[in-house]
Amino acid sequence: MTLAHTQVEGNPGAKPKSSPLAIAGRTFESRLFVGTGKYKTYDLMRDSLRESGCQVVTVAVRRERLYNEQGKSLLEFIDLSRYTILPNTAGCFSAEDAVRVARLGREILEQLDNPGANWVKLEVLGDKKTLLPDPSGTIEATRELVKDGFKVLAYTSDDPIAALRIKEAGAASVMPAGSPIGSGQGVLNRNNIVLCLELLKQGDASFPVIVDAGVGSASDVSIAMELGADGVLLNTAIAHAADPVLMAKAMRLGCEAGRASYLAGRIPKKLYATASSPWEGTVSYIPGE
Amino acid sequence: MKIVVNGQTREVPEGTSVESLVTELGLAKAACAAEVNKKLVPNRERAGMTLREGDVVEVVTLVGGG
Repeated sequence: MTLAHTQVEGNPGAKPKSSPLAIAGRTFESRLFVGTGKYKTYDLMRDSLRESGCQVVTVAVRRERLYNEQGKSLLEFIDLSRYTILPNTAGCFSAEDAVRVARLGREILEQLDNPGANWVKLEVLGDKKTLLPDPSGTIEATRELVKDGFKVLAYTSDDPIAALRIKEAGAASVMPAGSPIGSGQGVLNRNNIVLCLELLKQGDASFPVIVDAGVGSASDVSIAMELGADGVLLNTAIAHAADPVLMAKAMRLGCEAGRASYLAGRIPKKLYATASSPWEGTVSYIPGE
Repeated sequence: MKIVVNGQTREVPEGTSVESLVTELGLAKAACAAEVNKKLVPNRERAGMTLREGDVVEVVTLVGGG
């Protein structure tokens, strides 16, 4: 007997096609996107990014600190020839502010001549405590930014219909959260991630869906990738690990393992056991036979 | 005249441009972006944009984030 819920464990028995991750016309070897926030030191951040193997890193746009002594700048620790910089709109609670911040980020990246210049990780938040996204604000900002030439990678909840509406608004990628930002709870509702994947990829198999937020450990990344996500975006799980560089490695391996496991086509889950050794030729007494 | 820069009121001479403000703040070489009254001022337009009394200016840069 196959368990009914195996239908939500990715796609048992199927062997999906392997292809590199493509977003807005660019392809990436690594499917891990890593944030640059909350590391104890910039050196730790740089080493963690390197160990994670990521090719896209997220950054935030903030006021220049005018009256502080000139400290080291984040950009001194990010190899601009190696990483695509994806500026976010974190901290924005309205579509209007998110659009403003996206434009400011683009202006900076254009000066740096980085390919991420017209990309934005769109966050329109609805609540400071949960950092859950505001779906209508996200849709509104997506439309506005797409009109302005942006490639929008939109953070959203794991609500499949909200995710679909954001895609329809023109997002280059939709990024459902596994669980709240920085919570480390992993993928709380696998079924919703599977439904997001199904709806977003219907008739458009290569549409990139990235699980963004909530990752706590490497197995969380594996789970998201096994479900068929195209990539995973994380920050706190590496930055606040006791050993961020080692955790970055674990995340890279978890991502690769999950992707391979997805491509390999997992077995369905079954209620009863199936012996791995043959019954034929057993010399022992078998109960019931 | 008084303007507000990154949330703080600041006295600047009449005729100050966005470019000269950014230079005075010591940010001319930094990767930064500026907006005046919530509207982006592109890099190439900073020198030609003169600030007016009461303008609200934001000068931003990139910091670590997720």
